[in-house]
Amino acid sequence: MGKLMAMIVRRLALGLLTMVIVSFIIFLGVLFLPGDLAEAILGQSATPETVAAFRKELGLDLPWYVRYFDWLFGMMQGDMGVSLANKREISELIGVRLKNTLFLAALASIISVPLAIILGILAALYRNSFYDRAVNVLTLSSISFPEFFVAYILILFLSVNAGWFPSISNISPGLSIWEQAYRCALPALVLTLVVIAHMMRMTRAAIINLLASPYIEMAALKGMSRGRIIVKHALPNALAPIINVIVINLAYLVVGVVVVEVVFVYPGLGQLLVDSVSKRDIPVVQASALLFAGTYILLNLTADVLSIATNPRLMHPR
Amino acid sequence: MVTTTVDSASPNQPSPWASRIAVTTVYFFVLVLFLKNFNADTWSALLGFVAIHVYSLVVLRFWNNMERTTAGNTVIITPTLGYLLIAGLFWDGFSVWPWSTFLGLVVIQISAFAAVTYWRGLSKAPPTAWFGLVVILLYVLIAVSAPVIAPFGESEIVGYEYEPWGKEGFLLGTDNLGRDMLTRLVYGARNTIGIAFATTCLAFFIGGVGGFLAAASGGFVDQLLGRLVDVMMAIPSLIFILMILTITGTSIPMLIVVIGVLDSTRVFRLARAVAMNIVVMDYVEVARLRGEGMWWVMRREVLPNAMAPLVAEFGLRFCFVFLTLSALSFLGLGIQPPLADWGSMVRENATLITFGDITPLLPAAAIALLTVGVNFVVDWFLQITSGLRDDT
Repeated sequence: MGKLMAMIVRRLALGLLTMVIVSFIIFLGVLFLPGDLAEAILGQSATPETVAAFRKELGLDLPWYVRYFDWLFGMMQGDMGVSLANKREISELIGVRLKNTLFLAALASIISVPLAIILGILAALYRNSFYDRAVNVLTLSSISFPEFFVAYILILFLSVNAGWFPSISNISPGLSIWEQAYRCALPALVLTLVVIAHMMRMTRAAIINLLASPYIEMAALKGMSRGRIIVKHALPNALAPIINVIVINLAYLVVGVVVVEVVFVYPGLGQLLVDSVSKRDIPVVQASALLFAGTYILLNLTADVLSIATNPRLMHPR
Repeated sequence: MVTTTVDSASPNQPSPWASRIAVTTVYFFVLVLFLKNFNADTWSALLGFVAIHVYSLVVLRFWNNMERTTAGNTVIITPTLGYLLIAGLFWDGFSVWPWSTFLGLVVIQISAFAAVTYWRGLSKAPPTAWFGLVVILLYVLIAVSAPVIAPFGESEIVGYEYEPWGKEGFLLGTDNLGRDMLTRLVYGARNTIGIAFATTCLAFFIGGVGGFLAAASGGFVDQLLGRLVDVMMAIPSLIFILMILTITGTSIPMLIVVIGVLDSTRVFRLARAVAMNIVVMDYVEVARLRGEGMWWVMRREVLPNAMAPLVAEFGLRFCFVFLTLSALSFLGLGIQPPLADWGSMVRENATLITFGDITPLLPAAAIALLTVGVNFVVDWFLQITSGLRDDT
């Protein structure tokens, strides 16, 4: 057990190091900006004296490493600076949006994870049947579709033609959670379709890999039904790769929301990021990029740790 | 090289006279047409003709060394005859797009040649692979000879906004600014595929060289490159790209460099993993003992043996880059107007979808179809090269 803990602690330390390096890379963005923040905020009409005074006020005259640690500690305490575009506090801009984005990603994962596992098990159970082949072709295709294509097709059929869901997911904090979930149904469905293929194929492959092992044959010779063999004997041993791929896809979900949010005009972090990029509002881009990257690294780290913790062979490395 | 002339070919081979006659006829027609209507555009047409002639000559030269078959002769004659035919039939437009015609015919020629050469393997390919191959060929053809196929100019405003399908010769209607949808789609193929292809090539060049270098030199270089790639991959790529584009602004060279460099990390991982297994082989050892340099070993020993997985990865990477690029354009941060591009076309015409009009889905479907096609071909390719069966 001590070995396992040591391994996990090492991973966590490595993750923390990555986080610091990534934050540094994101910070570097400002240094390479043509002109600097002061000129960008004050505009072209500012005299050199005002710019110099403002630089001093912003602390731009300090060396870069001082500014980096200032920025980093500010981020950690929730002080993310001020947006260039509308002079508002970034933490205020991001707060609600981050919650919305996480809500959407959570909704999508609640739908997609169980569905992917069930479909994957079924595909392994009825291997090489028509169902398996059909699912194979369908998932291969859905991986290759751009997200906005899936999104607009769903809008066309489920919203415009059938009228079941709203085509624009406009949510506000006052709504009940069910109303929010209903309005997010379409974007969540799109995200589900985007990530389900990968998880499902991995589940299928992990289970089929095990089906040739002697203990599965033994169970079959005992007279166990195929479904029972897969659920009771194959699934627990296939868990490590499955959990790994699920968490990686969750990480993808948090990032993949960018395009989907834009399609559905959903007030999330992705939308904010895209808007800020086109306005070249560097502080906001940095803050949201740091949040996205942080979530992504954290989830990947979780995937690593979980796959160590669930795999006996990795728990006792030779 | 070739020392025998065309005339001294042995008697049991078909005579090359057919192609000679074809080339001469082209010349004759060109002369007549040039004398008939000569203006500034015809200079470009003239250059096109010179190109086709030189090209045919080069092919004939090389062909002398190769096996002479009916298919071979067809391959040589196709572009010449095709060029002639198009020149004769559409002289009005032809003075504008001789290069596109030429390239289109070369594509047809190369694919015909490839189909004949690899017929044995192709005939055994599954229907999905065939579908993919046909789709890819069609896209390349459209991309290469876009001006020939498109009925109007790329950003030419030809009618009112949002005309319905089939009205006044707008086969697929018009877009939000009154530009012909079909024309935009055709030109979009050229821009989107061209830029995605260039980006993938860049990613492969950087990632491939880096990966081989890391595997071949090991030690410090390997560690350094490996950690660098780790850090770059720790940031989700779309977010990273968006961040860099905020700083650099969106121009096409910038897009290619940014996406190419970020994507090369994946290529690096694969190239390194594949090369790791190769550099420990005896023949690499022998080459090193022989005193060959690093570059030579990478190019002559490692690369040929790493080709199969790299080619498959190229297909997948292309899909990925293509989707990233389309997503960026869709967000309004990729290829900028007035260049036609599928991602931005979806964005520009998205409002139509709320009226139940499927026009904005067409460019999105075009993207989807190509990526599906490439994926199918890669799937097939992986199966034949690795001997994988469908039981994994």
